[in-house]
Parts: sequence; C-alpha cells; structure tokens
Amino acid sequence: MNSPLPELFADTMPPVDYWSLRWTESEEQIIQVRQNVLEPTLRRLRSGAFITVLEGEGAGYGATCDLSREGLRTAALEAREWARASAPRALFEAQNLPRVDWRGVYTAARPWQSDVLADLIAALMETARKIKCHERIVDWQASVRLRHTRTVLCTSLGGKIEQEWTDLIPELVAVASNGVDTQRRSFGADCGRQGGLEQLEKLGFFSLPARIAEEALLLLEAPNCPAARMDLLLLPGQMILQLHESIGHPIELDRILGDERNYAGGSFVTLDMFGHYRYGSELLNVTFDPACPEQFASYAFDDEGSAAERQYLIRAGILERPLGGHASQTRARIAGVACTRAEHWHRPPIDRMGNLNIEPGMSPIEALVRGIEHGIMMDTNRSWSIDDQRNKFQFGCECGWVIKDGEVKGLVKNPNYRGTSATFWRNLRAVGDAGTWRVMGLSTCGKGEPNQTIHVGHAVPACVFRDVDVFSNA
Amino acid sequence: MHDPRGQFESVRAMAATLTRTDEVCLLNFLGEDSDFVRLSRGRMRQAGHVLHSELRVCLIRDRRQTQGACTLTHDLTHNRSRLEKLFSELRLQLDFVHDDPYLLYATAVCSTEDNRHFDLPDSEHALTEILAAADGLDLVGLWANGTLYRGFANSLGQTNWFSTGSFHLDSSCHVDNGQSVKLGYAGQAWQSEDLRRAVGRVREHLEVLYRPPKALAPGRYRAFLAPQALGEILGLAGWGGFSLKSLRTQHTPLIKLMRHEKALHPSVTLVEEHARGLNPQFTSSGFPKPHAVCLIESGRSVDCLADQRSAAEFGIALNAETETPMSLVMESGRLPMSSDLLEELETGLYISNLWYCNFSDRHDCRVTATTRFACFWVEGGTLQAPITTMRMDETLYHLLGDGLAGLTAERQLIIDPGTYEWRSTTSMLLSGALIDGLTFTM
Repeated sequence: MNSPLPELFADTMPPVDYWSLRWTESEEQIIQVRQNVLEPTLRRLRSGAFITVLEGEGAGYGATCDLSREGLRTAALEAREWARASAPRALFEAQNLPRVDWRGVYTAARPWQSDVLADLIAALMETARKIKCHERIVDWQASVRLRHTRTVLCTSLGGKIEQEWTDLIPELVAVASNGVDTQRRSFGADCGRQGGLEQLEKLGFFSLPARIAEEALLLLEAPNCPAARMDLLLLPGQMILQLHESIGHPIELDRILGDERNYAGGSFVTLDMFGHYRYGSELLNVTFDPACPEQFASYAFDDEGSAAERQYLIRAGILERPLGGHASQTRARIAGVACTRAEHWHRPPIDRMGNLNIEPGMSPIEALVRGIEHGIMMDTNRSWSIDDQRNKFQFGCECGWVIKDGEVKGLVKNPNYRGTSATFWRNLRAVGDAGTWRVMGLSTCGKGEPNQTIHVGHAVPACVFRDVDVFSNA
Repeated sequence: MHDPRGQFESVRAMAATLTRTDEVCLLNFLGEDSDFVRLSRGRMRQAGHVLHSELRVCLIRDRRQTQGACTLTHDLTHNRSRLEKLFSELRLQLDFVHDDPYLLYATAVCSTEDNRHFDLPDSEHALTEILAAADGLDLVGLWANGTLYRGFANSLGQTNWFSTGSFHLDSSCHVDNGQSVKLGYAGQAWQSEDLRRAVGRVREHLEVLYRPPKALAPGRYRAFLAPQALGEILGLAGWGGFSLKSLRTQHTPLIKLMRHEKALHPSVTLVEEHARGLNPQFTSSGFPKPHAVCLIESGRSVDCLADQRSAAEFGIALNAETETPMSLVMESGRLPMSSDLLEELETGLYISNLWYCNFSDRHDCRVTATTRFACFWVEGGTLQAPITTMRMDETLYHLLGDGLAGLTAERQLIIDPGTYEWRSTTSMLLSGALIDGLTFTM
C-alpha cells in the first residue's frame, strides 16, 4: 500500500489552530460458495482521508476519497468552514478534543497472496459439498472474507500514528427443511479475528461442515424449547451477543451522555453509577483489552490517537469505567478507555466497543452442567431485540439442549429467553473456566449518525444464569 | 470542481481501453456529496462534509465473472492507475474461478438519463432555522443534505445515469422523564413554513409527554400502529420475506403466506413500486426495472422479488435490484387519520414508533419489538399519558390478518434516514393500522 505523504498534505493546509488527517486504505476479498456454486469473487479497494480542523471553539471535518493535492485541500477548507460554523453552536469546546503530538506504530498484518485464492476456492467448494449431506439440506454456503487495513494519523503538531492489520471472517451455513419446518445452523459470523488464512485451521473451520449440517437436520425432529422460568447455560455463541447488547452498549459513554438518543438509543446506566453500581454478581469481571492477541479489534491507538491499554470496566460485579474515549471522558469528567473509532475514512470517530471481554472463571463445562437441576443450554444467536435504554431484551438461539438433574438431555429448537439487563447479570451463578473461553468477534455493530458499522472483539466463557424466563413461541 | 458525471464518463472511457476484445465489462458508479451535521442537546456535535465516489467493475470472460470496486479521485492519473490495478487483479482471478451458471447481464442496449429536480438549501442556513425553531428543546439527531449519483455502463455500449438530491433532518426531542418524540423533515426543496409546522406538532406532543408515564401490565391491548411503526414491522418482514431465493429455499418468514396456508386481511395490498421510488430505474446488471411488482393483493401472496442471480437460477424474469423491497407501497384503507382516529381507537395504545424488530418465531413471522418515541395510553378517544417502554410480540398474520380493524385512508411517505456507507434511497408509502388484541409480553 502507498500512503499519501503527510508532508504533501501539510503544505496544502490553510492556517488553523490544529489539524489532523486520518488516511485509511483497505483491500478486501470475499469468496463465497453457495449450493456448490462459486459466487462471483469480490475484491474491493478503498482509500480516503478524514481531515479534522479545530479552530477557536469549533471543530469540523472534511472527508474525501479524492487524494489528489487539490482534493485534500478542498476537504481541509470544508473542515475549516464547518469548524467556524459550529463554533458558536458547538455542544462542547474544541479544546476537549485530543491534540496528538506523539508517534506510534501497531502491526498485526498477515497479508494473503493472490496465488492462494485458487486453493481457497477449492477448499470452500469441498467444504460446501460436505454440508450438503442430505436431501433435506435445502440451502448451504461456505465463505471467507479477508481484509487488509492500514491507517495513518498525522497532525499539525508532528504526531504520526501508523497501524496495520489483516482480519478474516469465515462463515458456514446449513438450512434444513422437511417441508413443514425449516431450521438453520451456522458457524463463524461471530468468529471474526485478526490474522490471515491460518486462522481457518485454528477455528476448525474445515472440520465443522458435517456437524452443522447434522445439527440442522436434528433440529427438524427436535421438540420445541419448553417454556418456564429455569436456569440458563449460555455457550460462547450466545454469550457474545448477551455481552455485546446488555453490557457493551449500555456502558458506552456517548450513549450515556445522550448523543445517540435519536438512533442507537440511550442507556439505563447513568454517570453517577460508576464506582459503586452493582451491575452483576461477584463473578462478573469485564475488561477492555486492546492487546488480546488475534482478537478482532486489537490496536495500540484509537482513531483519535489515544494510546489504548487494558482496563477493568466491571470488577467483581461493580461498574468501574465506561467505554468512552478522550472527548467523552472530558465531557463526563470520568476515566474511560481509548475506544474512539471510525468505520473507515468517510466517518467521524465515535465511542465504540473495541475488544470487550468477560474474564474466565473457575468452572469447567462439566461442573456448569452438573450444577443445574432444571435448565436449558443455548448456543449461536439467531434473533436479538433490546429496548433503546438497553434494558428489556429478548434473544433467540439456533439451538438448545434441556438439562435435567445435572445432565444434558435432548436437543430442542426455537429457544428464546427474555429479561432486563439491570437484573439479569446479578443472577450470574457460575462462570466457565479458560477451557470454555473463546475469542470471538462481530463485524456488524451498527451505531452513530451518520451510521457506521464496525468490527468488535468479544472473548467470553460459558455462563450460567439463575431463574430466567425461557420460552419457544412456536 | 466536483463533476460526478464527468468523472463517470472519464472512468468509463478508461475501462473501455482496459477491456479486452474477449471480455465484457459492466461498470457501476456510486457517488455522494453530502453535509452531515450531528445534533445533541440542541447544539452541534460533529459537523462536516463527505465526498465519496466508487466504481464497481464486473469483468466477464465466457461464462466466468469476477467483481471488484475501487474508490475514485478527481485525478486522471490516479484513477487510471487504480483501474489498471483492479483490472489486472480481476483478470488474474478469471483464470481460476469457475463457469458461473447464474451469470446474467443485459445485452439489449437501453441507455437512460434520469436527473431528478432538487433545490437544496445551504446547510448552515438551514441549521440556523432548525435550531431557532427548536429553541428550548433538547434536540438530538442528524442533518444530512446533498446529492447522490448512480451510473451504469457496459462494454456493449449502454449507459445509464441517475442523479438526485435531498435534505433530511432526522431527529427527536426529549424531556426529563425519559420520554421523546420524533422531529423529521425531509425534501428536495426547503420550505421554512414546513419546518415550523413540524416543530409545532412536536411541541403539541411534548405537552402530553411531560405527564407522568403510565406503566401497563403485559397483556393484549387494542392499539394503533402509526405508519412509521408499521414500517418497522414491514421492514423486518421484507428481510427475506419477499425474496424468491428465500421462498425456494424455504426460509422466507412469509412461507405460510406464500404457500397460501395463511392469508392476511383482504384490505392488505403491498406493491414494490419501482417507478415511484427514490432509486434508479436500472439494475446493476443493466436491466430496466419493471414499473411495479405486486407482492400481496387483497391479503394473498402474488409475486416475489427476483434479483439477477435468482432470476438466472430459477429461470424467471428479473424484477428487482435486490430481493428486499426498496419502494414499498401499501394500498390505503378507510380509517380517518387525526382526532377521529383516536375516537376509533377509543381505549388502547397509540404507538408512534417501534424499535429493534426481530423474529421471535421466523417460521410464523412472529415479530418482537419495543415501543419508542411518543407512545401513548388513550382513553375515551383522547391521549391520556405516555407509556413506559413495552415489548410487543405478535405474528404478522394477526397484526395484518384477523386482528386488523382497519387501515388509514391517509398514507405517509417514510424516507429511510439510514446512512450506512451511503445515504439510503429506500422509502415506503404506508397507512397506519388499527389492531385488536396486540400482545405485549413485558
């Protein structure tokens, strides 16, 4: 990749108090096989610059994919105009925004070569064929999305931060139907991670097609999930969603400050809760960990240039810190984490999750199951809905298993459960050990105005919750 | 000087020189030139401008195809270099991809030019008016204002061009008890009086929202779903619901409707009216879209949406760019739409908006969502109080089937304020729906 020289930009810049230029370039390759047919391969090359200008009490931006000298200068002038226009009506003074005069580098790149794509296509074709193991498998697919991203943030104070990573999202899908019912099993959409094609082997991608097809077929014959209040054992494929929706979003500081109330929503969490509010039982420990190896949103600096480091957000169940970057921290007068991120060159950075993890506990999976007299185990999110304060939720999974007297019994289909975030985590009764802990990641977290989709990392153990409202609806 | 049409013509000419005689090339150009100003607490949070253009290339040789895309600059040398790199990589991939049995593109040349009329305001001036009209209100949301461009060209000589422009204030006003109401104003020509009327309606709603919220027990209630709320539900149902591929692979959420095992109320007719929408009338493979596709007529399933790949796979005519509706139109009903409607509702819930719709039972099109923005308890035909957030859980077959008491005569044009990657061009024209026995679970 060739980055525009910051020096080239510097001499086109109009005089202002402070400017920064965040250049982002990505190469993306998607290969997908559906029903044993290779879909058109897709290669996408994107690059552009996001220029921020601070002048007086105002801040403005100009984003452009025109990386010529004239294009950059036009964007800088747009940014200056918006800084001047916003100054008398700004929500907060521009001095609350960071001014970067330091340098840094982060690299986690394992670029793929185009000559491996033929082998990858062959492997995906073979994987797809393995999913189609029965006439009742009516739709199936195997895919991999590879991405190589590089960003450079340079500033008028001589700051320069260069970061580069590759990441990948694998996916397998099996849809089974008997003419009356249709069931789906999948793998991988929640397993995004940094690295290269070697991650496919680490994830066991090529050994999974037979299992997901078999489970989709078994679900057709399975009874519906029972409806009752009972103990709930969530495997990582659902824990990731539970963490994301009912801890991650509620503790985002820009939501708490009210910026998201028109779109993504507010939060039941308020500023006065930090430091003493009991979010969950004493077993709950949640960290922001930007240095977790191979995790999807690992980085050394956020997109405003703040250095990122591991922090506890919830410790022994007590809420300690929000997910909020420099500007939000200054506005709220509370310590947060370096998590101000942008989707790509064309969007402003806002508070996001980064790597948000639940620390493993002490219980092996066998002990989690043994401790349940009457309950249900669920895996792989299928449906998610939560109110705009991130409190009342209802989630559904692809599959569940009845647990009776400490033993896993039969498979059940259409499992759902509902609860409220403010009380659900206080009923956390057991946390799985490192053997149940999985490093996962989502690429579809949506938020912000203008809207942005971003990738987030979540590493989670299996967990048991007491007295949950479980149902099927079907 | 930003000249998207010139930029498109320039890269089209470059692509023509890069395409070999044994290849076919399809180009799709996407451009946007927009101001985005984020508002919070009646002040400006993030303000700026985005200039974005991208070229998507489909390179075809015999029955093989590969696709790619690259962002564009206004520098001819830069663009030439990017296209050469992209063509080179796509050509390399053509050597090892397989014949595509579902390859389909337009071969009958049909060039069009569609430049929509608009007269956009200066953003700074519009914001001055907005913030003045909303003085004293806790206003949160987004101002978006600018132009969108779409172009298609192929190496067979076809060229299609579409340009449009619009502004959209998508916002809400909030009060201390946690209640809020939407304030929206969108269009292609600014009218200060329209803005003031919209703000006036919000101030009227706020008088009720200041009252102590009413907490209702879970159960079944008579309810009115305003067009925006119904739009949330139909948006979810349209997520695979009207897709030919989803039907043939038996996982459309409307499978019981499509198999004619169930029907909706006879007053329900839904049409994907391409010609009425805000989108270009050509597809990314160069086909003209039909004027309209009737999806549901008098409560019964009629047709599905078939995109290019489904059309090829299942051997029917292409009738959509994607298999999700982008210009959905509902036939109007007979209910009145203002104070008379509250008399029709008499006692129950007035639901302005729903939020976070998803399936609780996809096979039965059972939908869950929570109430949001200006939802009220109504008694004796008058608004009594706002309600605390409630969770709805109901099948579409009840909502628009045996539970449907009527649709409003007046319909509302709902323009999607979405800005994921690009400003959305999706819209719906919907009635409101009065429903007997809407289930709330928490």
